[in-house]
Amino acid sequence: MPPDIPGKVTGEIKYAEDYKREGMIFARLLTSPMPSGRVANIDASDALRMDGVIGIMTADDLPPSPPPGNPALASEYITFVGQPILAVAAVSEEIAEEAISRIRVDIERKDFVIDPLESLAPGGPKAYPEGNVLLRTREIGPGGTPIMSAEIKDIKWPQSAIDALREGKEPVGAEFPSEWAFGDLEAGFAQSTHIIEEPFVTIGYPHHSLEPRTSMAYWENGKCYFHGSSQSQSANDNGLARMLNIDPANLVFINEATGGGFGSKIGPYPYMAISGNFSRMLNRPVQLRITREQEFYLGSARSGMQGWIKIGVKDNGKVAAVDLVIVNDGGSTGGGSGSSSAQHVTIAYQPESMRFRGISVYTNTTPRGAQRGPGQNEMAAVLAPISDKIATSINMDRVAFRRVNVADSDGFQGGSRGPLTSAFGREALDQGARLFGWDEKINQPKRNGSKVRGVGVGIGYHGAGGRGYDGLVRIAPDGKLHIHSGVGNLGTYSYAGTSRAAAEALQVEWDNCEIHRGRTDNHLPHSSGQGGSNTMFTHGRANWVAAQDAITKLKEIAASELGGSPEDFEIGGERVFKSSDSTQGLSYAEAAQKAIEMGGKYSGMEYPDDINPITQRAVQGIQGTGLVGVSKDKIPGQGQPPGIQVGFCEIEMDLDTGKYEILNYAAVADCGTVVHPKNFENAMRGGAVWGVGLAGLERHVYDPQNGLPANVGLYQSKPPTYLDISTDTNMSAVNIPDPQNPIGARGIGEPTQGASAAALASAIADALDGHVFNTAPVTTDMIINHLAGNTYSTQTPNLKTNTF
Amino acid sequence: MNSRLTRRRFIKGVIFSGAAASTGASFYLANAQSGQSSAERLVTLNINGRNRPVDVLPQETLAHTLRYKLDLTGTKLGCNRGECGACTVLIDEVPNYSCSVLTHNVKGKTVTTIEGIKAADGTLHAVQQAFIDENSPQCGFCTPGQVMSAVALLRSNPRPTRKEALQAMSGNLYRCGAYEHYLNGVMRASGQLA
Ligand code: FES
Repeated sequence: MPPDIPGKVTGEIKYAEDYKREGMIFARLLTSPMPSGRVANIDASDALRMDGVIGIMTADDLPPSPPPGNPALASEYITFVGQPILAVAAVSEEIAEEAISRIRVDIERKDFVIDPLESLAPGGPKAYPEGNVLLRTREIGPGGTPIMSAEIKDIKWPQSAIDALREGKEPVGAEFPSEWAFGDLEAGFAQSTHIIEEPFVTIGYPHHSLEPRTSMAYWENGKCYFHGSSQSQSANDNGLARMLNIDPANLVFINEATGGGFGSKIGPYPYMAISGNFSRMLNRPVQLRITREQEFYLGSARSGMQGWIKIGVKDNGKVAAVDLVIVNDGGSTGGGSGSSSAQHVTIAYQPESMRFRGISVYTNTTPRGAQRGPGQNEMAAVLAPISDKIATSINMDRVAFRRVNVADSDGFQGGSRGPLTSAFGREALDQGARLFGWDEKINQPKRNGSKVRGVGVGIGYHGAGGRGYDGLVRIAPDGKLHIHSGVGNLGTYSYAGTSRAAAEALQVEWDNCEIHRGRTDNHLPHSSGQGGSNTMFTHGRANWVAAQDAITKLKEIAASELGGSPEDFEIGGERVFKSSDSTQGLSYAEAAQKAIEMGGKYSGMEYPDDINPITQRAVQGIQGTGLVGVSKDKIPGQGQPPGIQVGFCEIEMDLDTGKYEILNYAAVADCGTVVHPKNFENAMRGGAVWGVGLAGLERHVYDPQNGLPANVGLYQSKPPTYLDISTDTNMSAVNIPDPQNPIGARGIGEPTQGASAAALASAIADALDGHVFNTAPVTTDMIINHLAGNTYSTQTPNLKTNTF
Repeated sequence: MNSRLTRRRFIKGVIFSGAAASTGASFYLANAQSGQSSAERLVTLNINGRNRPVDVLPQETLAHTLRYKLDLTGTKLGCNRGECGACTVLIDEVPNYSCSVLTHNVKGKTVTTIEGIKAADGTLHAVQQAFIDENSPQCGFCTPGQVMSAVALLRSNPRPTRKEALQAMSGNLYRCGAYEHYLNGVMRASGQLA
């Protein structure tokens, strides 16, 4: 049982907004009511005269964040509805609100754009005065270090290219800042016996983490104590310290629990700068509470895509060539995930040749960022019915087609065709087809009165692991194993799952372990951000290497106490003892006491040079209190650990209403060894529900006339509820250990959604005799329009995104 | 942006059902707009079996009183507008969204929050224990609300069918999504799951 579960069912665990502090004051935001404009003047004199108002913060009080940065407070240009312009701090939220209503902000309206293609058209509006496209550059600087930078550029396409893409054709003559290719594309298409071309469009949508990104900060003796809502823990330290212009050693980041993130809270978000700097300015604890409405505006969203794909297959079903074009809707932050979408195609198809061309366009819509399987999952949703269409056209079973193409351990990912640590997509498909009963289900009668059944299959994928982080453990003189984890707590319990790697390596009973986490002053090592499904692999390894360091030290201590060499010793039963005579040994408690006496590396008085400064500070905080195991993960190996999942879905659609019910869903993960079966199932089911949202329910809707978002709240955004999902699901795993993680695990958080979205989209197409909508989501209105023979919302070539 | 203009925006915001014509602050303003000028009044509330005297504004919501005046922070605010269920409490045993109930309206009624669910000796309620056994929560932010809805259901219907449980719980969003684990928890707490 993860140790924080009881606090969740009793309500005792604390989130950022649950903390109070003596003298705490309340900041509220004044936000832009329009999508694009220039702040001409701010008159806050009335507000400043009010009793109880403590201060007002504007962009001038923060370090400048010129475009393409996402400033916490807009300085001159407004680029989205809901963009914060200033913050007011007062003794109560009511007074802060009242003060905001008395501030006069003059904003000059400017042209806005909500459709990327409109912005690329000749003479089209641009979201920023500087341009319409985010350009990321990577140059190699002195000493071979890459220098990453970003700028805004103005790119226009010929009208003929815009028209072509809208009509589902290749946009010839269009400029793409991002492009890669491998193999001989021309030869690939020449060898193909069947070629299809399809347009597709997906619409972004907000994360809507249930806990809005409230924060509270106060300063004591030059240190900032910061309560935030982040997916990650130690990974925030440096970035947040930079926002506050302090040495990371002077930051205590406190984040015991986080009410969901889904990619929107991986690192420190810009608005942390407001509470942190405001509280220093005013010398009072400041809480900045973010409302649900503001969480929609500021809380980030998935990027949308407008695209075109051409696929060539051989007689045997092997994909010989793929040509892919993606225009991403980058919202007001400009970033898209086109290359990751293309990466999904490489895993699903392992094509013999492929070209990807992408461009990411700014719109005056909410900021965009990573959202669960960014790029991969929305691509999975639109690719599944297209895959079905190809399979059907060559008379191949839809599962068999995927089986021929999906990645295995000798496979590759992405445009660079990088290697994989291991992959068992085929095994997952076979196991899933059995679990679901694919062969029986595709042969059952489809139609029953006005109801029709559809069955579908889909693949989800995301790179799932990193390397090179640090682990830190300590055996105390009472024999207890203390595992220090810099991993965040966004609800995946991976902080606990990865801690088990240390406990098991040291063979310590779980009840005799204590995990230290949740605040910097618990002495936490350097950690990856908890995004990209990476933690199980990354920190399983890091905790394992720390445990190995502790084992080495245990043996050295025993040898120095009992004679012989360290190799003569082994561990077991929380003791270190001679292999030849188990009665000669030390308990972990005794060894820890000896470590304190011996000092040096044994008690953390000395530590390796190659550990991160964050870990060095953590070691300094616990040195001399026990036997310290600390190490950087240098486990050899190469390649990307993939998280792969297959999903199988059966629906019943009502042809009179266009509504469908998900009858059952089965999924099989290829994520290496399953570490915690119950938690694995929970992650699988959560992701499956996210897939239902992506494939069928959730989307941004903007009013094209005024650029206003029309579905700000939860009710209109439509995250799936108890009534929208299948409660008859079957979750399983291939369960073949990954050779590059001592505990065998890879991540799976993100592919869970992609597989479910893809399987549902495939099932919807199947129910409609293979009709391909080429959109995500496919909403009920699209289905009913299609059934009625109306083309308004089902005609994909218009590639409408953000509107409908 | 003077206060009259803001008021107009707020009204517009309601008409558009949350469309962005309002500033980001407006919905919270619904609780607080007359905060400065109106007086708090002392009321005594019955919360988790105890009488709790507290100063309350005319437009104050029960969620606000619980969280910010009585320090009962187990009740969460996910939306503050009746859409998510994170703020669910029992009023005379009936589950309610405490963000959408005025505190003055619960005078003379009994209010049960997540803090009042455990037994006096600290033993977890069957629903809480079942949610642990089923590993139901992920991020945990919706969990107190899910517990309250499940407790209310089982008090009125100790052996619900799965379908009845689904209906009864459907006012509680679970953004992390593993609804089935809460549903199984409800069935387990009712003794219908081994
Ligand atoms: S906070 Fe009350 S329903 Fe969401």
